[in-house]
Amino acid sequence: MAEAVATLAVSVWRGGAEGRFVGYAVPRRANQTVLDVVTYIQQRLDPGLSYRFACRVGMCGSCAMTVNGRPRWTCRTHVARVAGADGRIEIAPLANLPVIKDLACDLSAFFDKWAAARGSFVGTRTRRDDFARVSPAAPQRRAVDAAIECIGCAVCYAACDVVAWNPDYLGPAALNRAWTLVNDERDGAERARLSAVAGDAACHACHSHQSCTEHCPKSLSPTSSIAGLKRRTGLAALTGKI
Amino acid sequence: MGPRAEVLLWLAQRASAAVLAACVAIHLATMIYAVQGGLSAAEILGRTRGNVSWLAFYAVFVLAAAIHAPIGMRSVIREIVGWRSRSLDLALCAFAVAIAWLGWRAIAGLFR
Repeated sequence: MAEAVATLAVSVWRGGAEGRFVGYAVPRRANQTVLDVVTYIQQRLDPGLSYRFACRVGMCGSCAMTVNGRPRWTCRTHVARVAGADGRIEIAPLANLPVIKDLACDLSAFFDKWAAARGSFVGTRTRRDDFARVSPAAPQRRAVDAAIECIGCAVCYAACDVVAWNPDYLGPAALNRAWTLVNDERDGAERARLSAVAGDAACHACHSHQSCTEHCPKSLSPTSSIAGLKRRTGLAALTGKI
Repeated sequence: MGPRAEVLLWLAQRASAAVLAACVAIHLATMIYAVQGGLSAAEILGRTRGNVSWLAFYAVFVLAAAIHAPIGMRSVIREIVGWRSRSLDLALCAFAVAIAWLGWRAIAGLFR
């Protein structure tokens, strides 16, 4: 690792729902990520700091935090992108989720809403059936492709205004997941899923502010997925399917 | 309220918005055109009284407003105020009836 070129002034949230920001001086290095900064603090300055990470390469979705006011995946966020010449960084837990301690949030509600949106695949074939043949060029398959790479980091959930206003709202990630299954021609639970994602606590609560799309580290568009669910549930309601 | 009813409300609000967009444009354009020469109230009434076309147009306009506004307010109130019980739906039904009644009463005054 390159030599430190300066010192970062890092403010980190300490405590639970009630707490305060604590300042740390962290050596600035080349190609340093925000997760590197948090890890440095935990390993060198304050072993009591709680935070989550696993893969460090943008696959697992566990290291999301609020960095200088924006929800981000910290393992793929370079310090150079968020710290100005003054080297100041503020790191807080994700918004819209209960804080367990320091930078670790309780994601139970977030994942419970995936279940409430019927985010599990329901197969219709048995092991004696042949594989389903799904054309990569089929419109439904392409809709799935556009939304399937979600890593469950909850950045969209933390960025969403409607989640902040309506705690029952399923949120962008759960609805995006439901959209991938609605377009999965092998799935057998479309009717139940469309009922689960319809209404004022689900896709119809979305105001299309597009904060989820703006902040998604995987450059997905949950807003588009939710718009798709609005169309599909509308059609289902008019034809008596829900 | 069940998911189907919520979806139908959402569709009704979108459909009424489309009607309102056309109605508001026609209404504004007509007003701007009509006052160019300095029409008096009596002259306006002279054009609307007995005119079934204007009666039908504004009846549709009021109906669209009576559908659109309460559904939108339902979402706003549920989000901002947190009033989510059945009483909200009943209150907004009364609000919809009030808009329709007052609006149609005004139109009747222009027609008769």
